[in-house]
Amino acid sequence: MTPATLLSPEVLSLSERRSYIELNARARATQLLDPGTFHELLGPFDRVQSPWLPMQGIVPQFDDGCVVAKGTIDGLPAVVIAMEGKFQGGSIGEVCGMKLAMAFALARQDNEKGIPTRAVLSLESGGVRLQEANIGELVIAEIYSELVALRKHIPVIVVIAGMTGCFGGMSLAAGLSSYVVMTRQARLSMNGPEVIELEAGIEEMDSKNKPFIWGICGGEQRFATGAADVLVEDDAEEITQAVKDLFRKGQPGRLRSASYEQYIQRLSGLDTSKQWTAEQIRDAWKGGAK
Amino acid sequence: MEKLSFEYPTSGKKPQRFHVGVVGSGDLEILLEPSKDATAHVTIQTSVTGFEGTWKAVLDRFFEGYEEAANIDIHDFGATPGTVALRLQQAVEGSRS
Amino acid sequence: MDGGADPRRVEGWCEMSTVVTSRGRKWFEALSGSDGKQAEGPGSLLIAEATLGQEKVAYVALAPDPNSRFPRARVAEVGVEEGWYGTKAIQGVIEADKNGTKRPIITVVDSKCQAYGRREELVGIHLAAAGIIAAYAEARMAGHPVIALIVGRAVSGSFLALAGQANHMIAFNDPEVLIHAMYKDAAARITRRTVEELDKLSEEIVPMAYDIKSFNKLGGLYKLLDVVTPDEPSSVTTAQVKSVLIDAIADARRTPRDLYKRLESEGAKKYRQASIEVRKKMTEQWAAL
Repeated sequence: MTPATLLSPEVLSLSERRSYIELNARARATQLLDPGTFHELLGPFDRVQSPWLPMQGIVPQFDDGCVVAKGTIDGLPAVVIAMEGKFQGGSIGEVCGMKLAMAFALARQDNEKGIPTRAVLSLESGGVRLQEANIGELVIAEIYSELVALRKHIPVIVVIAGMTGCFGGMSLAAGLSSYVVMTRQARLSMNGPEVIELEAGIEEMDSKNKPFIWGICGGEQRFATGAADVLVEDDAEEITQAVKDLFRKGQPGRLRSASYEQYIQRLSGLDTSKQWTAEQIRDAWKGGAK
Repeated sequence: MEKLSFEYPTSGKKPQRFHVGVVGSGDLEILLEPSKDATAHVTIQTSVTGFEGTWKAVLDRFFEGYEEAANIDIHDFGATPGTVALRLQQAVEGSRS
Repeated sequence: MDGGADPRRVEGWCEMSTVVTSRGRKWFEALSGSDGKQAEGPGSLLIAEATLGQEKVAYVALAPDPNSRFPRARVAEVGVEEGWYGTKAIQGVIEADKNGTKRPIITVVDSKCQAYGRREELVGIHLAAAGIIAAYAEARMAGHPVIALIVGRAVSGSFLALAGQANHMIAFNDPEVLIHAMYKDAAARITRRTVEELDKLSEEIVPMAYDIKSFNKLGGLYKLLDVVTPDEPSSVTTAQVKSVLIDAIADARRTPRDLYKRLESEGAKKYRQASIEVRKKMTEQWAAL
């Protein structure tokens, strides 16, 4: 074994790095909050589960795949919501969706009373849970409403780390947020590659071609095209610090979801008669108006 | 989905509650809480049917070394016996920490 | 399911013109008295100012546009142009009314779903959809009565973008009206079930069902409206719908500007008990910390 003193600081820090991706939802929520401040709401012991999954022979999870915890971030009151991507693909069902909506709602109510409760959403989601379909759609609409109401008071930060990624209805939640933090391994896309291939054919989207897919919606591309604000390594401390730094920055100068003039301008400059490469869009955005 | 339940005698000592695991493919979650009586009650909801004998074998072995009066609720999504035993171990260690 | 790249396979396509009819277009024109054409933006986005009752209202709709610049957005999908130009239009209404009466914004919804395409994902369709969702939500929170009149389809992204943020959603009680998270064949494939199995499950699991009566049971609709001519507005049915819209607008002005009335309905008490429980328990636990 090489003595530690002979290793460069870069190599040493690599070996000390702790993966955020490997953490489950509860560990992620714990990680994002200041040490020792984690207090879970509607945790597994409360047993508020999906009423719909057992009806169709699917094993539920005690927290319905969503961890909501109050605590502090940088010493200030905070709520963290972490989706468990490994449970039903992080899909949004009635209970987990409502937990998310209520976390935003209660943070908003705090802010209205002068308590600056900030919200972070660690998002791993394939979108709506089809086994709860229309209730999922209704609750997602409620999530959006509360997110839009909360972000007026205080930034709402979304972290997408992987490996599930962020698709479907929850990609719009990322789109509505004040800031988005992504790793290279993460993906953010309204429609999942498999669904686009199903609807439009393999020529349009080859869902098995990983470099192609990540090129379109991976963290690096999203960061390069302004759909994500920060690109981080899969490092728990780095992600935690990135969130703190964004809160210290304060409200963004302009919300992405309000940037219609910029996007209208960008779209008008594109030749839609051809397919584009990821690189072409990066170049087009860089060359165009800010 | 199959629901199974088992009971085991205990020393009566009440454990601290603990939760471990995720209901992901090949995995399970365990909720361990103090039982209301001196019997350990295990209830399992599992996505894989027909393995009652295997569950009994794993639990019999587990309770050979564990005497506390626990309610153990399991949500299983196709974990191997090895993974089940590991999670049970983690639940006990967490309960005792 | 055909992605709609070939406009000639769209219902109502006519060789004589490139204006493809749809329920959404027909009801938009009947209610607003206008064809909704805009000088800029996609041909699919219809916007008109009109009078309803005694006041000025804005009507919005999407209709098929075989000439869309985006090949994957030609049959009334919510694509990137629809999202961004729709955002601009609604933000314009909010800005215009910021010091005065907040005019109602009525969206006639008959939109297939979101646009599925490589171009769309590259330019961030999730942002375009977020834009219009935020615009509707902000309009509602500013005091504009936001009404969604679902005359045809509101599925997945088109439900979320065009109807979800309304104070009140009204749907026609008709087999052609579909509100759902995903079309049945795609949903079957993704959940690895047959269509027959999905149908069977839907009999017992109301939130999975495809008929509008089942959606109405969930308590999210303001009204499920019986209209004798859902496919073709007549002067009688147009007057009927206008009357219901006026009621909905008045009720929107009387009631809170959030979406909780959907959770306090009779339907919610029956089918969203878990939502109600989560709301109650989280509020209690939050206050106790």
